[in-house]
Amino acid sequence: MAKRIDVSGLSAYYGSHLAIEDISMTVEPRSVTAFIGPSGCGKSTFLRTLNRMHEVTPGGRVEGKVLLDDENLYGSHVDPVTVRRTVGMVFQRPNPFPTMSIFDNVAAGLKLNGSYKKGRLADVVEKSLRGANLWNEVKDRLNKPGSGLSGGQQQRLCIARAIAVEPDVLLMDEPCSALDPISTLAIEDLIGELKERFTIVIVTHNMQQAARVSDRTAFFNLAAVGKPGKLVEIDETERIFSNPSVQATEDYISGRFG
Amino acid sequence: MASSTPIDTPPVPPVQRKRARPKASGRAGDKIFLGLSRGSGILLLVIMASIAVFLTYRATLAVSKDEGNFFTTLDWNPVGDKPVFGIAVLLFGTIVSSIIAMAIAVPIAVGIALFISHYAPRKLAAPLAYVVDLLAAVPSIVYGIWGALFLVPYLEGLNLWLDQFFGWTYVLEKTEVGVARSLFTVGILLAIMILPIVTSVSREVFLQVPKMNEEAALALGATRWEVIRLSVLPFGRSGVISASMLGLGRALGETMAVATVLSPSFVISAHVLNPGGGTFAQNIAAKFDEADQFGRDALIASGLVLFILTLLVNGAARLIIARRKEYSGANA
Amino acid sequence: MSQAANTGIQERPVPTAAASRNSLSSRSLPRWAPAAFAGAAIVLGVGIGAAAGWQSRIQWGLLSAVLFVVISYVTTSVVENQRQAKDRLATSIVWVCFLLAVVPLASLVWTTVSRGAKVLDVYFLTHSMAGVLGTAPGGGVYHALIGTLEQVGLATLISAPIGLLTAVYLVEYGKGALAKAVTFFVDVMTGIPSIVAGLFILSIMLIAQLQPSGLMGSLALTILMIPVVVRSTEEMLKLVPNELREASLALGVPKWRTILKVVLPTAIGGITTGVMLAIARIAGETAPIMLLVFGSQLINPNPFQGAQSSLPFYIWEQYKIGSEASYDRAWAAALVLIAFVMILNLVARGIARWKAPKTGR
Repeated sequence: MAKRIDVSGLSAYYGSHLAIEDISMTVEPRSVTAFIGPSGCGKSTFLRTLNRMHEVTPGGRVEGKVLLDDENLYGSHVDPVTVRRTVGMVFQRPNPFPTMSIFDNVAAGLKLNGSYKKGRLADVVEKSLRGANLWNEVKDRLNKPGSGLSGGQQQRLCIARAIAVEPDVLLMDEPCSALDPISTLAIEDLIGELKERFTIVIVTHNMQQAARVSDRTAFFNLAAVGKPGKLVEIDETERIFSNPSVQATEDYISGRFG
Repeated sequence: MASSTPIDTPPVPPVQRKRARPKASGRAGDKIFLGLSRGSGILLLVIMASIAVFLTYRATLAVSKDEGNFFTTLDWNPVGDKPVFGIAVLLFGTIVSSIIAMAIAVPIAVGIALFISHYAPRKLAAPLAYVVDLLAAVPSIVYGIWGALFLVPYLEGLNLWLDQFFGWTYVLEKTEVGVARSLFTVGILLAIMILPIVTSVSREVFLQVPKMNEEAALALGATRWEVIRLSVLPFGRSGVISASMLGLGRALGETMAVATVLSPSFVISAHVLNPGGGTFAQNIAAKFDEADQFGRDALIASGLVLFILTLLVNGAARLIIARRKEYSGANA
Repeated sequence: MSQAANTGIQERPVPTAAASRNSLSSRSLPRWAPAAFAGAAIVLGVGIGAAAGWQSRIQWGLLSAVLFVVISYVTTSVVENQRQAKDRLATSIVWVCFLLAVVPLASLVWTTVSRGAKVLDVYFLTHSMAGVLGTAPGGGVYHALIGTLEQVGLATLISAPIGLLTAVYLVEYGKGALAKAVTFFVDVMTGIPSIVAGLFILSIMLIAQLQPSGLMGSLALTILMIPVVVRSTEEMLKLVPNELREASLALGVPKWRTILKVVLPTAIGGITTGVMLAIARIAGETAPIMLLVFGSQLINPNPFQGAQSSLPFYIWEQYKIGSEASYDRAWAAALVLIAFVMILNLVARGIARWKAPKTGR
């Protein structure tokens, strides 16, 4: 299922403001790719261009190409709705549907597609919750509202919801930044398991986290405030953290700025 | 009236005299100021209480001499030795016209609110919201003459058509010829009048839906309608309900628009397309000129019922809003 | 969305249900489809309406609206899929709702302006109805204008201070049962029908044997105005940041002076806006005036004694006469009233916008 992402010459705008400029990179399937960089360098914006969520923002538009295997997400006949079903997303703050039960939250994506059988739905929900390491904690209260869970549980619920529709790619936008260390650890373990099945892209502020969970790391930076963000380099995580090829990366990693 | 007394005491002079001792002056000033502002609050409660008391007092004067049954009599004739009047027709007409208004206005208002909050091109949305707010300020008498002089003639064709195709429902059967000065027309006019208020309250609620809830749905691959169904409507439901109740409160008490459009009669008929019927407010406006003192008391009695009706509706709306606040607070 | 830069890289996949899981693109209607549907629906609706001989254009419009929704739904479900069709259904219904509402409201404004402009001139604004036969042309609205200004002015003089002080109490002092009760009853008061407010004052008049006058009308308007003023002032006071209050209190300024010198001046723009919107609301009230001010054809500049007229009441009066000339006067007065209310609204919102940066954080 997991697919390769090929980005070439991608720029994203907010209105007339150029947020990220001319980014090209390849994201390997069945691996975790981490995006790091200082605040405002456009890594979240870039992530959101990978499932066409960027254009939801007022004034947001994109130039360039994003190939998922061989298909351009921004091709003229591509339906953004289909793209988002193929490329799932987990947000910074856990956002379960507040009025829905735990079960319905996980089933939401499947129900949208309309093609499920009652019994199968329960199976998929269980499988997804197990996949998100949440099943044992919630199996007795599937009909309770999802908003009653703790922050870490809510975030895993959101992950379960995202993987229930069997996406090809899973995007995570700082998924642990609103969580305590123990919940963070649980999510990091989960990411390690999920990469067997999905292509995972994660934005993080936490460099240790990038070093722990990712196979490859991309460093983003901006030349100056007000200038667009750019991709500085992308490489094996080990290399980035030990022997990066660009000086700016080393400065950032070693804490000399940012 | 008693309402202006609390402000008459000037708060400034005693304070200025004691300028030398700031602490004491602060205390005296604080006391006076607190007294004034608390007094205003209490005055509001007194006004509300006296509305209830005075209306009830005058109403009992009238109802005690009513030779008919105040609740069931189909007549309004509070003159002579045997005054006979009852509110059955008015209650029926008020409720029926309001129901028609709600049935038309609420779905459309929700549609417009969604249009402004989620569908309209961005450049159109803000001016639209502004225009809707302005329309809420158009006086009801203007709606009234527009309804009577413009809408009524236009609705005749529609009435015939409804009678032709939906006459079998009984409710939409038109058994009397005549212009469309019916409860149905009143309902349509009331619907147009309450559209702005229901729309603007609903729009506010829809705009408050947390961005992240909508993005959650979007990221699952939801279409725009599915985002609205999954995130916006569940979040906004109670807001829409209370907006509707506020609209209902207005429709129930509307006077001039009904008085201009309806051709009143004291009958209860489920044929809403037939001219005739009446509402509380319309009846007061229509009968006031010819009423003597007792007749006015009788009208006050009907006004008391209207007052209670609107109190119930508005109270319910407020309770729903209050509950919603707790609910959304818990999830914030 | 300008991502049309590259097309034709990949061939278009077959849009079958089975294949759609693995491909991103699917058969879709062109951008101009909704406009085409709308055009077709209007043509069909008008055609059918004209052919069937329906005389009312309301029916033509309703039919077109229904046709538009149906055509959009069916075409989309055939060309695209069920989910897209539902989405399109919702979109087209929302658009129809919007148009359904715009048409009558636009017609209201248009009718008022076009018919009101017929007799509206300086003469109309500066003369009363004294000596003018109701069914004859001529006469003016001056006496009603005076009445409205005086009644509304009096009502504002009474309700603005009370409303302001109540709001100050609720925001700055209010805790406990009294504040809760006041909050609740302010809400309830907002919903009192104007005719009930009129009846309340009427019952007092009956008991105290008072005569109708502009003041009585003002008192009823006061009841309608106070809750609006309280609500809007409350909102504005809540926007004043607590740091300001604390800064002032920390300097040893007594609380009442803090409120008068710091809190109220900070919020004054918003408060003014609220009061003006409240004025705009009560200026159009007819029912209480009808019960309490009695109406007059003559100029009576004294609101404390004798019958007066008012703009909304004048409209009602002229409407009831039912002649062409009186209808014209009613529309012209309606135009004056709407202009008055709208100017108040626009100025109020202008003030709010102009003052906004200073009051907001």
